[in-house]
Amino acid sequence: MEYLWEEEKLIKIVKRDQPSRAIFFLTPVLAIFLTLVAGGLIFYILGFKPFEALKFFFIVPIADMYGFSELLLKATPLCLIAIGLSFCFKSNNWNIGAEGQLTFGAIISGGVALLFYDQEGFYILPIVILAGAIGGMLYASIPAILKTYFNTNEILVSLMLVYVSKLILDYLVVGPWSNPEGFNFPETRQFSDSARLPLLVEGLRIHAGIFLALAAVVISWFIFYKTYLGFQMKVSGFSLKTAKYAGYKGKKMIILVFLISGACAGLAGVGEITGPIGQLHREVSPDYGFTAIIVAFLGRLNPVGIIFASLVVAITYLGAETAQIFMQIPKYTGQVFQGMILFFLLASDYLLFFKIKFIGSKK
Amino acid sequence: MIIDINFVGLIITSIMASSVPLILASCGELITERSGVLNLGVEGMMIIGAISGFALMTATGSLVIAVFGAMLAGVLISTIFAFLTQTLITNHVATGLALTIFGIGISAMIGKNFVGIPGKEFPVLFESLKDAIPFLSPILFGHSIVFYFAFALPFITSYFLKKTKIGLIVRAVGDSPDSASNQGINVRLVRYLCILYGGAMCGLAGAYLSMIYTPQWIENMTGGRGWIALALVVFSTWNPIKILIGAMIFGGLTIIQFHMQAIGVRIPVQFLTALPYIVTIIVLVVISRDSRKIRLSTPSSLGKSFYKDN
Repeated sequence: MEYLWEEEKLIKIVKRDQPSRAIFFLTPVLAIFLTLVAGGLIFYILGFKPFEALKFFFIVPIADMYGFSELLLKATPLCLIAIGLSFCFKSNNWNIGAEGQLTFGAIISGGVALLFYDQEGFYILPIVILAGAIGGMLYASIPAILKTYFNTNEILVSLMLVYVSKLILDYLVVGPWSNPEGFNFPETRQFSDSARLPLLVEGLRIHAGIFLALAAVVISWFIFYKTYLGFQMKVSGFSLKTAKYAGYKGKKMIILVFLISGACAGLAGVGEITGPIGQLHREVSPDYGFTAIIVAFLGRLNPVGIIFASLVVAITYLGAETAQIFMQIPKYTGQVFQGMILFFLLASDYLLFFKIKFIGSKK
Repeated sequence: MIIDINFVGLIITSIMASSVPLILASCGELITERSGVLNLGVEGMMIIGAISGFALMTATGSLVIAVFGAMLAGVLISTIFAFLTQTLITNHVATGLALTIFGIGISAMIGKNFVGIPGKEFPVLFESLKDAIPFLSPILFGHSIVFYFAFALPFITSYFLKKTKIGLIVRAVGDSPDSASNQGINVRLVRYLCILYGGAMCGLAGAYLSMIYTPQWIENMTGGRGWIALALVVFSTWNPIKILIGAMIFGGLTIIQFHMQAIGVRIPVQFLTALPYIVTIIVLVVISRDSRKIRLSTPSSLGKSFYKDN
């Protein structure tokens, strides 16, 4: 056992026999609170009024219907990708290249949508969506296959592929796929209306992609808690040795979780290009794939938790934009907040495994 | 075709210059990993070093303060990682990712006021000898002190790990923290120091980029070099001398794209830019395929938390 304040021995830190379930879901709240405090401090150091800055960052952006719609718009891809990532993370597979899988999904589905650019028809959208999911799966299968058959580190491979996918996209929109009537802008033609996800409310940008995210939440919840696969994933996450001893097909599972995760990221890519964007250009995603890693952890790899986490983290995107416009606070503050949330979340996990006992001062 | 020998020398020099940040960051990370800690925050620590070095140079005008300030910034940011993973026993992978995201954000935030400011000329050593011998002279002379340090570092690191007592302690902590602890070694302290050292080297690598290699501040200017440095450590099978070879290969890939464009080779520029990342993947596959070799050379406790319940 370890003592803080050695002379007085007021506090004793004891290892818990079992991680506390209540604290498991409370620490994310604590982490968000600590992030706000630290954020206020950073604003103060930068010379802003902390409360005013935090208000512009976290309240003003979602104060009206438009803001709320934007919040859901940003939370949708985050939620979708994070759900996919939780399959990987639960089973001890470190897929950190969701950004690449998103981009590749967007490339494949964008390519299909461009094939139909001058056509209308009910069948176009489903094909485009399917193409995106397949694109994401294909791209995720690379680190999965290399990991299972060549023992290659999936962290580095999936990350390197992010850079590659962005360069492929760049090549396509500048070169072969660029709009012939587009005056050499780095963008493709606009997709036809049949390839666009329908808007939910007239005048707002929120689109039907949100249903894809919600479906992913329900399906993943079912898989995690009601199927044998979910159980296998959980066991592999706790101990790979146990999983092996139990005779689970390790390789198959690794590939499967990567495919699921890639499909989700690919769908998020489809949502972006057939929703708010409507064409392919250089930047289809403001790093949703990386931010979703934080969302997955903040949501405790739990589908319902991820919904809340995606909403919270989506605010950092909006807040960064608002704060930049109204207070000239640099927009990267959003990323700083995202990093801090993860730091504080990981730090407060300490409370999961250890408890602090107050034992009174010895005289 | 006549190959100008001085031109070849020039290419070799530029390859060496572009491999400097990779060597520095990889050697730093190698020590961290040899102590059993996997710090994925290399990219974040490098970019923090890059902006700190550039900002301090602009603010104080002193190159010495700037270089050491960048290393100190790397140490400070890696302290967060060390505190979380060693004291609060958090997951190494997740904490490293957080460090990278945080580092990129913070650097862009600070760097906002430094975009477009021209850098300063960094003094070079042995400039008078630069034309003494054809071919060899430009390779050997007329570089910054950081350049020479980088090429000495793999040998120093190798000597440190193999021949010194502290090096032995670092390896012991990485290979068997429990036995090391039973021998009375403070595992947590050793790991703390190794993480901070890694941070200092990544900070220096970043400072080299923003102060010497391309003397200006560009957002996200590390551009994935931190991740390639991490891959290099695997490539080297945790042997510092091999880092030198790996870094030269990747430096070469970065340089080749400029020359290919100059000669007028008709390959899309995006393909050439993607080459280092694709080659990294291929190299990782080739190296890792032999799982026995990887298992033998990887520090046994790499990425595993150490908690002593006494």
